[in-house]
Amino acid sequence: MDTNAYKKYVESRAKRSPVLRNCIRAFWVGGALCCVGQGLNRLYQWAGLSEKHAGLCVSVTLIFLAGLFTGIGWFDKLAKYAGAGTLVPITGFANSVAAPAVDAKSEGYVTGVAAKMFTIAGPVIVYGSVSSILYGVIYYFFLL
Amino acid sequence: MDWLQFLNAFWVGGLICVVAQLLIDLTKLTPARILTCYVCAGVLLSAIGLYGPLKEFAGSGAAVPLTGFGHALAEGVRESVKTDGLLGALSGGLAAAATGISASLFFALIWSLLFKSRQK
Amino acid sequence: MSNNGIISFSGGCFIAETATTVGKKERQGPMNGWFDASEEDEYFGQSTFEQAESEMVHRNLQLLFTKANLQEDTVGAVLGGDLVNQCTGTSFGITGHKIPFIGLYGACSTIAEGLLLGASLVSGGLLPSAVALASSHFCTAERQYRFPPEYGNQRPPTAQNTVTGAGAFLLTHEDTGVRVSDGVLGMIVDGGITDANNMGAAMAPAAADTILRYFDHSGRSLADFDAIVTGDLGQEGLELTDELLQKCGLDIAPKHMDCGVLIYDAKKQDMHAGGSGCGCLASVLGGYFYRRLRRGELKRILAIGTGALLSANSALQKLSIPSVAHAVCIENVCNTQ
Repeated sequence: MDTNAYKKYVESRAKRSPVLRNCIRAFWVGGALCCVGQGLNRLYQWAGLSEKHAGLCVSVTLIFLAGLFTGIGWFDKLAKYAGAGTLVPITGFANSVAAPAVDAKSEGYVTGVAAKMFTIAGPVIVYGSVSSILYGVIYYFFLL
Repeated sequence: MDWLQFLNAFWVGGLICVVAQLLIDLTKLTPARILTCYVCAGVLLSAIGLYGPLKEFAGSGAAVPLTGFGHALAEGVRESVKTDGLLGALSGGLAAAATGISASLFFALIWSLLFKSRQK
Repeated sequence: MSNNGIISFSGGCFIAETATTVGKKERQGPMNGWFDASEEDEYFGQSTFEQAESEMVHRNLQLLFTKANLQEDTVGAVLGGDLVNQCTGTSFGITGHKIPFIGLYGACSTIAEGLLLGASLVSGGLLPSAVALASSHFCTAERQYRFPPEYGNQRPPTAQNTVTGAGAFLLTHEDTGVRVSDGVLGMIVDGGITDANNMGAAMAPAAADTILRYFDHSGRSLADFDAIVTGDLGQEGLELTDELLQKCGLDIAPKHMDCGVLIYDAKKQDMHAGGSGCGCLASVLGGYFYRRLRRGELKRILAIGTGALLSANSALQKLSIPSVAHAVCIENVCNTQ
């Protein structure tokens, strides 16, 4: 069997991830996390914060909780169940910063913890800000 | 009505996650790539004027997913271009995202002081 | 001389003793009871995972000497390796032992490579004895090749779980009843697979090539063997290897066992396609198969170590995964045991 035929054969016989089950889990966990965000938002606004500040505080709270859960080892268990349900909300970003930070302690706080925090978060920040810059330039020249 | 807001947050947020789940299961995209794509998609959707109304409709359902992070970047850049001109294109995005990024970095440092890596 | 890779240890090489040490998940699996020692703490009492792996190597080597009732300065050489960058898992673990050391890298085929080389040195009369060993640790492998343990992600059904375990084999010239009789040196085979989450498929062509070469040139037939034991093909790789060989007219399926499949209860322990890593074959061969050979329950086995020779960078560069498989024939040569 030549290489291409083998590769095709392997791909065709490999067991697929249970897509439907994963999607249902991602849907309800992701939705539930957004509802937690909504609840917190209501709470903060009720406590007197402006709409903008309440939104920021929601992010900070979720980032705090996701990091805490990462540290005590609950997050990866939840993520194994929920997949994109925990990855896509801001919790996934917080986990992607906190997990390498906790793990890289053995390589020191500068070369380990601080450097490794950006392994996954770095690309998100880089391409996020680059696309916002491009948008800003287009906005300035064509839309303003 | 209040409960409707929660319902909308639930299903919109849930659906945004389902799209990512499909990308994980059906393509070879790694989670890191998906996060990156989502932020860029948020910027794009916000730029073409779709994400603002979605956030009006779904509240945290649109704000909490990473696309909401992209939307925040785009909104920030729009505001700062209005006030600072072209220079605003460089400053606006990250300034708007600063709270989330700084919180992530700050807390992560604290967690690394408090916790030790463990096997699953 | 044709380069079919067959080597025969006609000078005589025997296994005097083995030692195996594993982690918690492996102890919870179906192979529990066949290992000599296990450790609940993934840090093995150390402060980093890399040190933990070295500690495991060190303890396991001590255990081998205790079991064999042997002074370490009488050992000719240690041949071994692991998956950690630059093989530090093994070399740091051997530090402090006064034994000549040869570091090996064959990814998960390392123990078979070590047995072949060790047996060559011993049967050739160059060394009186040698130790072959290999180890892997779930956390050191995850950190190096994938994500930190706390990172939340889902793994596809074809993914395998790195075994935390170490195995060491003491090879001697004296007749102990369990003989390393011959083997095949593996050639690198690239099946074109790029998916690091389907290592079994990447290694299957190499395993099939080696097995086929062995039966074509060694003069032995499948009927001479009680078991064909592969290292860490996992469920996916096991089935693929059997299919590839069936196409060549060799049906090993009834005798084919894979240590990656044996070591975990894939369903109960949620291990997807099974175990992988240098420690997988090393611990299961040194525990389960060696003991059964010694008792005479198995007469002759062909043990095949399969290694996926990728690096973290080669995977990022989307290169396909070249693989190698070394086979070694181990047999009970006592009539009564």
